[in-house]
Amino acid sequence: MSVQKVAVIVLRTAGTNCDGETAFAFERCGARVRLAHIHQLFLGKVCLDDFHILVIPGGFTYGDDIASGKILANELRLRLGSDLRQFLGGGKLMIGICNGFQVFVKAGILPGPLDEGEQKKRTTGQQATLTNNDSGKFEDRWCYLKSEGNSIWTQGLEPIVYLPVAHGEGKFVPRDDHVLNQLRRNGQIALRYCTKEGGKPAYPQNPNGSVDDIAGITDQTGRIFGLMPHPERHFLFIQHPFWTRLKAKGHYGQGARIFQNGVDYVRKNL
Amino acid sequence: MIWRVEIRNKAGIFDAQGHGIQKDTVDLGIQSVHQVDVVEIYNLEGDRFFSEEDLVRICRELFVDSIAQDYAYFKLDGLSRSDNPVCHPIEIAYNAGVMDPAEESILKGIRDLGIQSVQAVRRARLYLFYGPILPKDLDIITNKILSNKLIQHVVPDPWRYKTLVGTPDTQIQQTFKALDIDLAHASDQQLKAISRHGQLFLNLNEMKAIQKYFCRLGRNPTDCELETIAQTWSEHCYHKTFRGDIRYRYQENGKTKTKRIQNLLKSTIMKATHEVNKPWCVSVFHDNAGVIRFSKNMHVCFKVETHNHPSALEPFGGANTGVGGVIRDILGTGLGAKPICNTDIFCFAPHPMSSASLPPGTLHPQRIMKGVVSGVRDYGNKMGIPTVNGAIVFDERFVGNPLVFCGSVGLLPKDKVRKKVRKGDWIVLVGGRTGRDGIHGATFSSGELTQESEIVSCGAVQIGDPIQEKKMLDCLIAARDKNLYTAITDCGAGGLSSAVGEMAARTSPEGKDLGVHVDLDNVPLKYQGLRYDEIWISESQERMVLAAPPNKIKALLEIFTGENVEATAIGTFTASGRLELFFQGHQVCNLDMGFLHRGIPRITKEAFWQPPKTTTPSLFSKTTDLNAKLKEILGHYNVCSKERVIRQYDHEVQGASVIKPLVGMHADGPSDASVLAPELGSVKGMAIANGINVRYGMIDPFWMAASCIDEAIRQIIAVGGDRRFIALLDNFCWGNPDKPDRLGSLVRAAQGCYKTAVGYGVPFISGKDSLYNEYTHDGESIAIPGTLLISAIGIIADVTKAVTMDLKEPGNLIYMIGNTYNELGGSIYLDTYGTLGHHVPHVDVRQGSQIFDAVTKAVQKGLVRSLHDCSEGGLGVAIAEMAFSGGWGVTLRLDQVPYKGKDRCNDIIFFAESNSRFLVEVEPRNQKRFERVLCASHAIGRAGAVPYAVIGTVEQQPSLVVYGDRGERCGDSPIEDLKQAWQRPLAW
Repeated sequence: MSVQKVAVIVLRTAGTNCDGETAFAFERCGARVRLAHIHQLFLGKVCLDDFHILVIPGGFTYGDDIASGKILANELRLRLGSDLRQFLGGGKLMIGICNGFQVFVKAGILPGPLDEGEQKKRTTGQQATLTNNDSGKFEDRWCYLKSEGNSIWTQGLEPIVYLPVAHGEGKFVPRDDHVLNQLRRNGQIALRYCTKEGGKPAYPQNPNGSVDDIAGITDQTGRIFGLMPHPERHFLFIQHPFWTRLKAKGHYGQGARIFQNGVDYVRKNL
Repeated sequence: MIWRVEIRNKAGIFDAQGHGIQKDTVDLGIQSVHQVDVVEIYNLEGDRFFSEEDLVRICRELFVDSIAQDYAYFKLDGLSRSDNPVCHPIEIAYNAGVMDPAEESILKGIRDLGIQSVQAVRRARLYLFYGPILPKDLDIITNKILSNKLIQHVVPDPWRYKTLVGTPDTQIQQTFKALDIDLAHASDQQLKAISRHGQLFLNLNEMKAIQKYFCRLGRNPTDCELETIAQTWSEHCYHKTFRGDIRYRYQENGKTKTKRIQNLLKSTIMKATHEVNKPWCVSVFHDNAGVIRFSKNMHVCFKVETHNHPSALEPFGGANTGVGGVIRDILGTGLGAKPICNTDIFCFAPHPMSSASLPPGTLHPQRIMKGVVSGVRDYGNKMGIPTVNGAIVFDERFVGNPLVFCGSVGLLPKDKVRKKVRKGDWIVLVGGRTGRDGIHGATFSSGELTQESEIVSCGAVQIGDPIQEKKMLDCLIAARDKNLYTAITDCGAGGLSSAVGEMAARTSPEGKDLGVHVDLDNVPLKYQGLRYDEIWISESQERMVLAAPPNKIKALLEIFTGENVEATAIGTFTASGRLELFFQGHQVCNLDMGFLHRGIPRITKEAFWQPPKTTTPSLFSKTTDLNAKLKEILGHYNVCSKERVIRQYDHEVQGASVIKPLVGMHADGPSDASVLAPELGSVKGMAIANGINVRYGMIDPFWMAASCIDEAIRQIIAVGGDRRFIALLDNFCWGNPDKPDRLGSLVRAAQGCYKTAVGYGVPFISGKDSLYNEYTHDGESIAIPGTLLISAIGIIADVTKAVTMDLKEPGNLIYMIGNTYNELGGSIYLDTYGTLGHHVPHVDVRQGSQIFDAVTKAVQKGLVRSLHDCSEGGLGVAIAEMAFSGGWGVTLRLDQVPYKGKDRCNDIIFFAESNSRFLVEVEPRNQKRFERVLCASHAIGRAGAVPYAVIGTVEQQPSLVVYGDRGERCGDSPIEDLKQAWQRPLAW
């Protein structure tokens, strides 16, 4: 069975600001994209059921007041919890980029249940956080990333990709060693900061001090993906910070694969 | 009942903020602070249903990040708690009346939990200092790092809050009392006093014109009428200097000549645009921003504003609201453009000034810089508008008056250029609420700063709420695309008075003044107790005014309520030609629009310019070692890397950036200009650059203007732009124009703008002036050096042909295009000797045009591997930057550099800042084709050939090796050393 047209919902609210380029990326990969304000979901004017992929793009939702992503995380948890469970129950996909990742983590959606016991519970609490960069500053810089695990989102990604980060609160901290070990064991770590050659990074290669250099994780199924770097900002080749130095000039950049993976997965599996 | 919640990091979680503050104390010279912990405080006040159970839920589910933080809460029962003896606590909160943008989000977050019983929240931040710190050092830390008393205070006893709902002075219910000002019988002295006490900044002539107008009416003005006139006639809003008459005396060939200038703006800047006559100029000097053609469906608009006075007093808030303001200019252009990038240029005093040498009442330049950069970062990043271009200029005379230029570029659909207002249209106020913020901002920025400014003008200082503006932007674009309103303008300086007045004056189809009827009671307020005149002139941020036809109003308001943005009809446009305001049923203003907008008396200002006495220093040693000097110049504040600042700005959001502000193999080299392709998927793009150089102006403002224009244009050329599609903006920041010498140099700069723009065939499309940038204390006045910022925007047909400045490949040839002259005047080189010099760089527009066009053609043919312009620091700095950004070495031969004039020597060739010069990297296989392009331009043009020469090669060996004019080896530095010298100064 395959779907005719892959439907993507890019959710926005006060302070969302990477919605346009994220929608562009999915559209270019062949999806039909709906930009929807969260109020439209609350009012029932837009229904999650009509979509295959839910995207929370980057931004500063509600000003990141209190903590980044916190207020939107509560909205998802408290007002859309059952809709989201139903959405995921249908084997559908979710991706949270930058602020979207912060939202997923703070809503307890990522990393999600880490073992069978937790899986049986209907909800999990917050297992990790994304907190202030060690540098104490917002920084926009490009980072080398190693992809690992076997999430559908990172299939076929080049072994080392170059993507920009732009955040002040991107330091990944798991609750404890148990959580970290489970993430490793389950293959839930999808992206790690690294040096250009793939080695162990120091600042600024690891731009925020993330534990175990973690830049992105998935849930146990690999269908929910959260990452601090912005693949939509390296969707086109000419977005690369030194494309004028590079010989191989393709049309797409190294982040495009991630969006294509999502769309292809829906086509094949839903 | 008030509850206090404390949120602090768990043990073992790194406190980045506390760590940063500890470092700041060391920078202040205080060594006794061992550690700083930061505790977030939320004070919550609820009604009688607010229970401890609710509070615990709020703490657990909203306030605390359970992974990284712990919480504690206390009931405020009026009893003080004893201090923690092991540390020094300092708690900082916003002053009453200063809006904290986070409070709205917090209350929303609480309501999302289903808790309705919380009425108010006030945040504070508690800093715990550990170490044997002296009380006087704690005071220094409090005042220099933690707080600015204009907006914040130290909470003396946090346990004694009685209520958080409102503040005592806003609790008073206003009963109507009309206030007339007795002008009829006022003497000249009294008129002056009325202007001064009311902070009206109106001069005697203007006061007399007002007196006459009201005598004719047989009544006195209300306070509101007088305020409205003062705001409309302020320098900030009316630009009296640029639009008035000037008697300009100047010295030429030893004689003093006199010239009468009517309207400096029209006779220089706008005249240039008129003569250049570009068909792609869509709307110039008319709307909130200049509009030019861009693509099949879109125009692009560009505006640069200044926010100098507020930034001097409260750097974060000043810069923050400066960015917010210029974004609203873009939103208010045509029927609303979508902002796609920002630019920010600052002028500060250099940092190594000791606090003791600062004039009283001024902030330390480093603090100003940190605050300004944070303010820009906060607003631009949160709005999701990339900050792609900028510059920072350092000069000691900016100590009392830092300059903060904020620019924004927007895309405007082609069918949304024209505004229309008709009688009967509703006046709709959208966005944030109105408070007592920024009262007198427009008039305040039309006077000089004094050491008392921070006391009397504190109402002019605000902090912005970028999320409010983002929400408003989203709704406005949606409403625009559904054609639900017919005109829009921003509420900037002068508030509603300025916005509504302007709309009525200039956008009626017949060109006649419409009238206005506004019920001030309808304006949504942040708190009760505002007087009617305060409502009318308040400069509260994040507000716009729309004109909407009655049949569209319902649909319009629905869009805004759908996304939680307030939109309120506050009145209508009428056919009366009068400005009529009402409050609680009483008329509080009834002014003739004609008098308001055209009644200002014309005055003649005196201007005088004579060349300063400068000398050519005789310090040329014909040096044989350029290494040390080059490193010194690379480390000069005006040359060194600004990466620390650029990184804090999101310069890539919206996905349009093609050439970023930082380029090269490590993405840390200085790009000449930024290139964006804002219609994602299309290769049509634009380049943004700027030119600014205050030292040239100290020798001759005419050539400063010419050089700034040359620099802005050549930076666009340097990334692949085309002179035929470049537009300029001017921003003049000058001292007090009532002083003839200040105005004289302003006139001369404006003349330089005219000549050069016409010479290059490049139009101005918008501009702004900010005058009275002087700081007076103890009778002594410090004026800023007359500062002209030229911003440039170039349309680029195909961004995939863009080039960058980093060297690409060993073996390639390095060309110098353009002549070098003995022009060290105002150079960084002479500045390192503490001298200014005499021979300021000139501009030869005929040769410059040929050079620009030849380089453009070579880029378009794909013959250029890297391209960099020579500006501050000359050839030496340019080649060093190319080398370390590309990671390759260079061999350079100064004897090959095209040079005109006597005194040929290594220093001049290496460090002169002559205009219209480029360094170009070309592959050897393209040498012939490249040179043919350069020669071909000679055949087309009438003037002499484009001067060029191969002056070096790109080398594998990572060193910059320089051979002097007589073939001697006079420089050899590893590029890593040069890079370090360039990166070190601002690496704090």
